[in-house]
Amino acid sequence: MLLLKYTLIYAVVFMLVALGGMFSERSGIINIALEGIMIIGALGGVIALGLMPAGTAPAVLVLVSILISALAGMIYSLLLAFASIHLKADQTIGGTALNMLAMALGIVIARGYNGSTLAKIEYNNKPFLFEVGGLTINVFLILGIALLLISFVTLYRTKFGLRLMACGEHPQAADSVGINVYKMRYAGVMISGVLGGIGGLAYVIPSVSSWNFEVGVTGAGFLSLAVMIFGQWKPLRIAFAAIFFAIFKALANIADSIDLLAALGWSRDIYNMMPFIASMIVLAFTSKKSRAPKAEGIPYDKGQR
Amino acid sequence: MDDYVIEMLNITKEFPGIRANDNVTLQLRRGEVHALLGENGAGKSTLMSVLFGLYQPELGTIKKNGQVVEIKNPNDANALNIGMVHQHFKLVEIFSVLDNIILGVEPNQAGFLQKKEAREKVLRLSEQYGLKVDPDAKIEEISVGMQQRTEILKMLYRDNEILIFDEPTAVLTPQEIDELIQIMKELRAEGKSILFITHKLNEIMAVADRCTVLRKGKCIGTVDIADTTKEELSRMMVGRDVSFEVEKAPIHLGDVVLEVRNVTVPSPRHKNNSVKDVSFDVRRGEIVCLAGIEGNGQTEFVYSLTGLTKQSSGTFRLCGKDISHATVRQRSKDGMSHIPEDRHKHGLVLDYTLEQNLVLQRYWQPQFQHGGFINFGAVRTYAAGLIEQYDIRSGQGPTTISRSMSGGNQQKAIIAREIDKEPELLVAVQPTRGLDVGAIEYIHKQLVAQRDAGKAVLLVSLELDEVMNVSDRILVMYEGEIVGEFDPKQTSVQELGLYMAGAKRMEGGK
Repeated sequence: MLLLKYTLIYAVVFMLVALGGMFSERSGIINIALEGIMIIGALGGVIALGLMPAGTAPAVLVLVSILISALAGMIYSLLLAFASIHLKADQTIGGTALNMLAMALGIVIARGYNGSTLAKIEYNNKPFLFEVGGLTINVFLILGIALLLISFVTLYRTKFGLRLMACGEHPQAADSVGINVYKMRYAGVMISGVLGGIGGLAYVIPSVSSWNFEVGVTGAGFLSLAVMIFGQWKPLRIAFAAIFFAIFKALANIADSIDLLAALGWSRDIYNMMPFIASMIVLAFTSKKSRAPKAEGIPYDKGQR
Repeated sequence: MDDYVIEMLNITKEFPGIRANDNVTLQLRRGEVHALLGENGAGKSTLMSVLFGLYQPELGTIKKNGQVVEIKNPNDANALNIGMVHQHFKLVEIFSVLDNIILGVEPNQAGFLQKKEAREKVLRLSEQYGLKVDPDAKIEEISVGMQQRTEILKMLYRDNEILIFDEPTAVLTPQEIDELIQIMKELRAEGKSILFITHKLNEIMAVADRCTVLRKGKCIGTVDIADTTKEELSRMMVGRDVSFEVEKAPIHLGDVVLEVRNVTVPSPRHKNNSVKDVSFDVRRGEIVCLAGIEGNGQTEFVYSLTGLTKQSSGTFRLCGKDISHATVRQRSKDGMSHIPEDRHKHGLVLDYTLEQNLVLQRYWQPQFQHGGFINFGAVRTYAAGLIEQYDIRSGQGPTTISRSMSGGNQQKAIIAREIDKEPELLVAVQPTRGLDVGAIEYIHKQLVAQRDAGKAVLLVSLELDEVMNVSDRILVMYEGEIVGEFDPKQTSVQELGLYMAGAKRMEGGK
């Protein structure tokens, strides 16, 4: 039961963030900054939660903090969009820089918020949780499933999705039929900011009632990148990949409390490493067949033919 | 009074260091096929890019139906019903044919795609003009010919009236070219006006009504095809008489330079061998041509001969030395030069400068480096010499980025580099592909000059005219085997064709 609970929590996180990454990369921008976007989103959401007065209705608390985390993630992702679309910067380096910045920014803001040298923020996560037949479910699960369906429909059934994918595959072709490649790429990155930001909040809120921002989001953003690649930049596959990775991540969390595993006497570190090792193995096997959006990572230059 | 649908009047377009269009006037009549002819770099593509809104001209006006219009971007061109099939297709590979056609003008309801009516329209158009496509096939899975039909349907779907074809036949097989010409005739019959950019005279004679000739950015004139000849057109294009015949001195055969024995090369794609037990010699003073339809093992054979892939059995000897397992560099040092089939992939580093590309086969030699550091002065001098000698034209001389050069001049650079290292054996694979008549003539002369200088030349060609004109001996390759050997003086194109198609083979073949 515990395993199921944690698997669901992490599956939603990985799925949301990987879907975000998908929108960005489908538009042609490599988004390695997901980790950083998650930190900023989580921070924004948690602070919003803390700032709202005590008597606020639970539904409002939930809604506002999620919106703020989405907004924070989106604004932060604009930095990546500006650097890689306008300034034509190297997207991998830009993303890495944003990850480092977010980590530091998270600590500074958290300390400022606390008014002390502690970067640990405490919050009340009760409004986000509810029980269904003995299983604790959080609102992000429902939101996540909804966003998965919306992502699928957006990508494959709308004009916007078709144009977005064209920009990530062959921006010259998109341009030649009058699509504004820059605009579409901005849209792709901003969606990744929204989903990444919400994913950040979904990572810290459900399991614990305080978060120490000195640890950022402990690599969840990078795992989501692996999920996105394993999911081949396709929404439904991403959902399955997210569940797969979430099981490993959940195992790491609860290894001590499962008798069978505890009896093995393995160090907790081994379980902590598992999701990352699994991602390496999976990527090593799938990378050969992997088909990334063709034009991703290449700044689009209108003049070049 | 002529009924002009598009008029481009006195267009001048400048780029840094070059005037690509100099006071060019082009008038397109309604319902005609109008060819735009010129050598590589004559300004054809620039002129069409102006019409399509990709460039803004410095001077001149564009009129549609007599009204002055401004075309600032492809959207404006689209709004004026101008469509273009680009030389390099603008198709998204992972999309279906249908998705590519509707991209940018998607029928939708509140943003949701409504593909049903689009599919019906595409099927109707494809029926009407004989443009066979499968709307649900992915672009990456269909032939180049079908990709081109998709591009044409893209224009028709947008109800374009003025259709620009930018070098549409360069990528097609002879059969596909015939089909395209048929399609163009049908489009004309339906009242579409077509601009056809090309440098292939045969195609102009086959389909065009009129032809405007550009040379070095200037408009040389517009002629009615009915009143002109191929010779006349090529004179206008190149500025002098061009001979379609290649002049050659009598043959003086020398020693064997290349000895190929029982070479078999596995296929990269399927289980069969691409090259099966091939043996032949090439001697000093002769041009041996490996002829055949594309995909019959010529490419794989050349890859293994030049060391790009390994043969599974058999030997190559160059001037008596076994080079069967030598590295590419070693083969080059031993006297093999290679003018590759794909000049972008194997011939040049496109983002290097011209001088860097010219010294690519020599930079390790003592005069160009010292202790691993390149002597740039020596490279510059050497490159300048070659540019002069081989008449390689480019915007900024030795420091031009190779990517920005025209195809003909890129090919000249490769030829300069490969011939200047004074090879014993020159392997030239489709050296004239995609080039204009002036450049073709030049390259043929260079090949013959190598032969006359006592070198051995192995030419791989798909063009039967070239095979017949240039070579001293013809080997026909079919399904990886050499099925016949001919003297070009004693055979005909028809006879070669039978062997190339596998309908005949010489018993006990070479």
